Amino acid sequence: MKLRNLFAVVMLSGVFSLLSASLFVAMDAVDVAFTEAAVGAGISTVLMLGTMAITRQEEKPAQHSRALPFLVVLVTGGALLYGTADLPPFGALDTPVQQHVAPEYIERTPTEIDVPNIVTAILASYRGYDTLGEVVVIFTAGIAVIVLLHGSSRPRRREEDEEAES
Amino acid sequence: MDHHFILRVVAKMLMPPIMLYALYVQFHGDFGPGGGFQAGVIFAVAFILYALVFGLDSLRRVAPPAIVRAGVALGVLLYAGTGAYSFFKGKNYLDYSALADADHAVGGQHLGILLVEAGVGLTVASVMIAVFMAFAARAPEIKDTDW
Repeated sequence: MKLRNLFAVVMLSGVFSLLSASLFVAMDAVDVAFTEAAVGAGISTVLMLGTMAITRQEEKPAQHSRALPFLVVLVTGGALLYGTADLPPFGALDTPVQQHVAPEYIERTPTEIDVPNIVTAILASYRGYDTLGEVVVIFTAGIAVIVLLHGSSRPRRREEDEEAES
Repeated sequence: MDHHFILRVVAKMLMPPIMLYALYVQFHGDFGPGGGFQAGVIFAVAFILYALVFGLDSLRRVAPPAIVRAGVALGVLLYAGTGAYSFFKGKNYLDYSALADADHAVGGQHLGILLVEAGVGLTVASVMIAVFMAFAARAPEIKDTDW
């Protein structure tokens, strides 16, 4: 299937994001699903539409051959599928990820933090440093976008330039 | 979008529940799924919906860009400040048990989580609104016939 209309591409990526959110719900990762639905399906789609309004709605036809990108996708996809074969079955209890620090968090959260949602206890308290890092990343990204697009003052300044030229 | 009467009425009706739901997600994060990240995004959605329907200038009147930009930094400051407070109380950085008496360590944890989640929510919401404003300010006015 070929799509050159970017509006359709943006909408499809939003639908895909919503579908993966329901996939996360099926895997019992409700916090991740919540984020995916709010950020991936909601805000990203709006920002993509905003970007489209600045640029254009149709994709340019490709100038170069598609053979190399197709090969890269094929090899990467094959490697990922090959890697999946070695993964433990879904929901298995004896995987490394279930035996490392997770039992300790589950055991200690009721007495040390005493919040029913262990994800929040880990995110905000045990891994408070990580979350601070994440917030700083969002802060930096936001500042970068504001600086790059220069907020509201750009169009006004252009008008002033035109006035100065005339 | 002056003639989209239904759109404007529905948007006005939706905004309060969206904001209320964002606050619910923010403060109920200890008990159910959710937290500052999700709440911040949902809260920003209410403002973005307002701008989409009523125009960017109306949003600028409701949420002045200077205040939004200050919110971006204030959230991080609140988070880092909570950590610094426990640091100067003689505990580890971001050890929330310093926020309460020694025999109420759990209460300190609750307060600490509340504060840092509030910081996260403030920064995320402000960044989302600011980024949307930055994008929307550059785009030319979209006519209904363009879609």
